[in-house]
Amino acid sequence: MSRPARQALLAVTVALLAAWVLLPLVLIALASFTPRSQLYAWPRPLLPQPWSAETMRFFFQAQGVLPSTLNSLLVAALTIALSVAIGAPAGYALSRFRFPGREAFRLGILATKMFPATILAVPLAVAFIRWGLYDTLWGVAFVHTALALPFTIIITMSVFLGVPLELEEAAMTLGCSRLQAFRRVALPIALPGLAAAAIFTFVLSWNEVFAATILTLRNRTLPALVMNAVGAAGAPLDYRFAAGFFMIVPALIIILLIRRYLLTLWGVTVR
Amino acid sequence: MAFPRQAMTIAERRLERPGLQFVRLRIDWLPYLLLLPTVIFLSAFFVYPMLQALALSVRGPDGALTWRYFQAMVGDTYFIGAIRNSLLLTAIVIPLQVTLALTIALLVHSRFRGHTTFLYVAAIPLGISDLAAGLVWLSIFTERGYLNMLLQGLHLVPRPLTFLTFERPLLLYGAIVATEVWRATAIVMLILVAGLQLIPREFFETAEVFGATGWRKLRHVTLPLLRPVLQTALIIRTILAFQLFATVITLAGRIVPVLAGEAYFQYTIYRNPHVASAYAVLIMGTSMAVTVLYLRLLRTPEEVARA
Repeated sequence: MSRPARQALLAVTVALLAAWVLLPLVLIALASFTPRSQLYAWPRPLLPQPWSAETMRFFFQAQGVLPSTLNSLLVAALTIALSVAIGAPAGYALSRFRFPGREAFRLGILATKMFPATILAVPLAVAFIRWGLYDTLWGVAFVHTALALPFTIIITMSVFLGVPLELEEAAMTLGCSRLQAFRRVALPIALPGLAAAAIFTFVLSWNEVFAATILTLRNRTLPALVMNAVGAAGAPLDYRFAAGFFMIVPALIIILLIRRYLLTLWGVTVR
Repeated sequence: MAFPRQAMTIAERRLERPGLQFVRLRIDWLPYLLLLPTVIFLSAFFVYPMLQALALSVRGPDGALTWRYFQAMVGDTYFIGAIRNSLLLTAIVIPLQVTLALTIALLVHSRFRGHTTFLYVAAIPLGISDLAAGLVWLSIFTERGYLNMLLQGLHLVPRPLTFLTFERPLLLYGAIVATEVWRATAIVMLILVAGLQLIPREFFETAEVFGATGWRKLRHVTLPLLRPVLQTALIIRTILAFQLFATVITLAGRIVPVLAGEAYFQYTIYRNPHVASAYAVLIMGTSMAVTVLYLRLLRTPEEVARA
């Protein structure tokens, strides 16, 4: 193939693949701003005529949507706090120390990454009823933390590997204690990376459907509420489209924010 | 900072990497202390529920071992369908995802202008839940949705087709497959891109010096070196495929039963945690079996020779 032909082929392939990802997102956005009467009409114009917030408003006014959105945000905040408080020290330890049992711990972390919510949710629901955690935001946050921990640990580890140990050592020779050196030198440098870990945890918690559905009854998170509305209560199309769109928007913003860390999250760059 | 040890002053010793120094001199408890919260937390919310799932599925109300929950699971009307659909959907979706992910990863790796933006775009679905993805594609596949608008705009159909009905299982499957490929290719893609970055550039350059181009470079250099990473990607993706649940329910309800969906229905509708746990144990067992299978099938030649 000649060079211009290759260039053209590359451009077309890239454009097609990008369209494959982006087009459905554009379509759900269109559907969410199409008035209900038009969603059920046929023939239906591609663009809403006129553009209307009716569908979105219907969704927000539906029972439980605002409280469960609040619940989702609270659960995500709890999950972030817990997973950073518990996981960041472990990530730091893996980045700074060589010690017997390090490999075993790392393998254990990889294994937890592989067995997600479907297996944990049902037995935990039974246990939570006994522990008084069933149908509470704390209960959901605990499960989400268990799911998020491997990622938090792997990100914080790679973040601290990027902070030269020499800087901490220099601070210690200048009279800082180990903790002070960490707080005043390593932590500020690591902060953007830790923020990325926190943001990713938000996505994980905001998106989690199965455990939230099983573990809540009245205190639904947003995905649990929508899952129940779609799976059991037969919600109308406008509710479904608006819900889909609303749940996706934060994800779009967040992927943009943490784009530098995407490869660390799922990459096998576990050193 | 590698001084001969005897020539070191105390201050110089403290300058040395603390981890290494402590291991040599005495046991440093600090790393274990830092790992402790994780270990305690995961024991309570990860190891314990896994064991509990086993216990719930095989122990009756009197505490004695019983197979009745597994028998109830196997005897359920939806069981055979759930097994078949979970396996079939996995077998269809994963090769498509790996092919697509490999294409995207190789494109990104070729570092054309704008490849970083392309990577972000391709990674977007990573932030989208299975539930939201199902709803997105519902707007396309529903009877008065965008696909029918396109088909009618092109005068291919006289009136809207119903895609999502038990009368057209192939179309229903197609919708689920499209949604899953759209949503979950990003994970495989990111693992492969990260893996490609680990391969030293010199390997490709050497191959080029020896006249390998395009396909041959891919076949004889890239793919063999990518095998361990591909293995990881396949294991993670296959395990996640058995979690498939909300996508199917949004598009097909219970017309296409799947294993994780049945665990959900058993718990939420029938209020039967025992049978739901039996499904969870089945999913866990299948995931482990698949992992072992991949580890054996994708062994490197050295590993085969050693075995």
